Amino acid sequence: MKVRFHFRYDLVLYLFNCPDITLAIYLRYNRHMSRPLVTILGKTIKSVAGLRGGGSALPGLVVEHIYPEFISHTLFDLPLGVVVISGTNGKTTTTKMVVELLEGQGLKVFTNRTGSNFTRGIAAALLGDINIKGKLDADIAILELDEAHAVHFVEKITPRFSLLLNVMRDQLDRFGEIDNTTNMLRRIADKTTDTVVLNREDRKVAGIAKSLDNHKVKFFGFDKSLSEFFPSDDDLHSKIQSVGSNKKADVILSKFSDHGATFLVDGNEVKTKLKLNGIYNVFNAAAALALARAILGEKADQDKLIKALSKVTPAFGRGEALAVNGKPLELVLVKNPSGFRLSLKSFDANNHATMIAINDNYADGRDMSWLWDVDFTSLAENGVQQVSGIRAYDMALRLRYDEVSVKNVETDLKIALDSFVKESKSRPMRIYCTYTAMLGIRKLLSKITKVEVVK
Amino acid sequence: MNRTINILHLYSNDMNIYGDRGNVLCLARRIKWHGYEPEIIEYNQGDEFPDNIDIIIGGGGQDSGQSKIKNDLIKIGPKLKQLANDDVPMLMICGLYQLFGKFFKTSEGEIIKGIGVLNTETYGMSERLIGNIVTHSEQFGDIIGYENHSGQTFLGPNVHPLGRVHLGAGNNTADIGEGARYKNVIGSYMHGSLLPKNPTIADYLIEQAVKRKYGTFTARKIKEQYLNKAREIAAGRPR
Repeated sequence: MKVRFHFRYDLVLYLFNCPDITLAIYLRYNRHMSRPLVTILGKTIKSVAGLRGGGSALPGLVVEHIYPEFISHTLFDLPLGVVVISGTNGKTTTTKMVVELLEGQGLKVFTNRTGSNFTRGIAAALLGDINIKGKLDADIAILELDEAHAVHFVEKITPRFSLLLNVMRDQLDRFGEIDNTTNMLRRIADKTTDTVVLNREDRKVAGIAKSLDNHKVKFFGFDKSLSEFFPSDDDLHSKIQSVGSNKKADVILSKFSDHGATFLVDGNEVKTKLKLNGIYNVFNAAAALALARAILGEKADQDKLIKALSKVTPAFGRGEALAVNGKPLELVLVKNPSGFRLSLKSFDANNHATMIAINDNYADGRDMSWLWDVDFTSLAENGVQQVSGIRAYDMALRLRYDEVSVKNVETDLKIALDSFVKESKSRPMRIYCTYTAMLGIRKLLSKITKVEVVK
Repeated sequence: MNRTINILHLYSNDMNIYGDRGNVLCLARRIKWHGYEPEIIEYNQGDEFPDNIDIIIGGGGQDSGQSKIKNDLIKIGPKLKQLANDDVPMLMICGLYQLFGKFFKTSEGEIIKGIGVLNTETYGMSERLIGNIVTHSEQFGDIIGYENHSGQTFLGPNVHPLGRVHLGAGNNTADIGEGARYKNVIGSYMHGSLLPKNPTIADYLIEQAVKRKYGTFTARKIKEQYLNKAREIAAGRPR
């Protein structure tokens, strides 16, 4: 009775906008609730939080604290097990591709779709998908995890497969150093029981193979002729050639064109059209294909795989195509220097109006140094129409030192976006934005066009 | 006649972690805007140390980067010391700032020898000093940047800090100094990158280099677009 009393009391508090107090009470009294009770509780909070427009992780946070084994108990029964996708760049898009590839083969897939790639984000996603008995109706879980969170996750839940994309400079002020990040990925690989899919072209990721059994490793890669499109951090400031190695890869990206690509799949050439744009998205398609093949094994229906791949659209904010007043607008999320450099290489600036929005909130990283590790000279010919975000002037200053002309600088996103849409005239628009700037821009766009709302 | 200024980027492959390239880029552009011809020379371990160097820039690295370069640094140490004594302007940020001092003692007690251009000692600590930082110098005015280090640096007698900390930590948690100066050598924990938002320091390095090489320096008036707003906003951000 005591538990039930608190349960209701808490919920009332929660409804009255006191999530902090509610949480505190849960943690104090309700550490060992049963699974169905936790499920109901979590689902209730999720719907209440949703009504209030709350963030995607809070219900998961509550559940995680009152029932720490919630995730592992729920995922444990999945017939095909758990798959972890990690790395610095491309996780969200690649996860989306893998999910759609497997769904195309008739599998029921659970995933943390909202890109809330923290453990509690997974708990929150689970709450949405499980039935009232706490059972998850799925064959397999495909989870996108931040390196730092993945390390904790794999301690609790053993993945059957993992896909490790790359190690690049991310928010160093949060994660420490790149070498640490490599070690985190190595621990994910160590814990994986079946197959680890590795990026052959990333020296640090490929190096993880050394400490693994050969039969446990599969690679994806690109043809040497494409290496100029994939600058690595190692040759960021130097003339070292990136090492397209000679290891055998299951899937190789051999050619790409605008919205099309050629892959070598187990040595056989496969051509396909793609809805994805940007070279690095296309390379992620090779990663997704290799992982899907590893999971499906002999059961893989290759034609269907390629067909599903051709239909995948970019993930939220990753080159996502929107329309404003009938004019195309692309949102490109930039989180770190390597991602920004890859995006600039991927998207042709010609005939486009470009806007850049840089915030420095905690989720973006407070340090602006990273902007100086990006080469913006490819924007020099067309110039930048609009710069915005909290650190708009840092960005404008950065462009000045690459002698890229800037039309307008305005820290306020709304004013900047209005002026950008107006002044870009008939040109298609492209906005490079940091994470919180993207959320802000989407919110503004949702008032004038159809934009997927992030839950 | 082209009057060149040669910038040496010290260990550009392994010590460049926090936008240190921004300092090199800023110098190169401003040298050009002042009417000279910049030449960037990259030096990495094992290379032959070039002659005719006018400015030297160095940055921070990861632990692995530092261990790759540390023997080479000891090898070229006497050369760098001689250049410093010959008034060559230098800017060393973070990792190389530490190794331009006498030593770095890690939190495990290991001692990494520095080259002693600066009379400073650095001790690895558990606390990471991280965030926006604003300091003040009589010569350069407010200096605005970002710090991220767990080594704490202490200055010996006769070494002056670059600035006094207004916001942030600086060299250590014990005194209010940030950075160190010896002749025309500047060491600092500040990146962001340092020079683009603090061009008075960039122009000081350029002035010293030009004077040393060509006798006199007449600064050209550079239109500082976006600078004041970028500084103002950066200085007002949370730590």
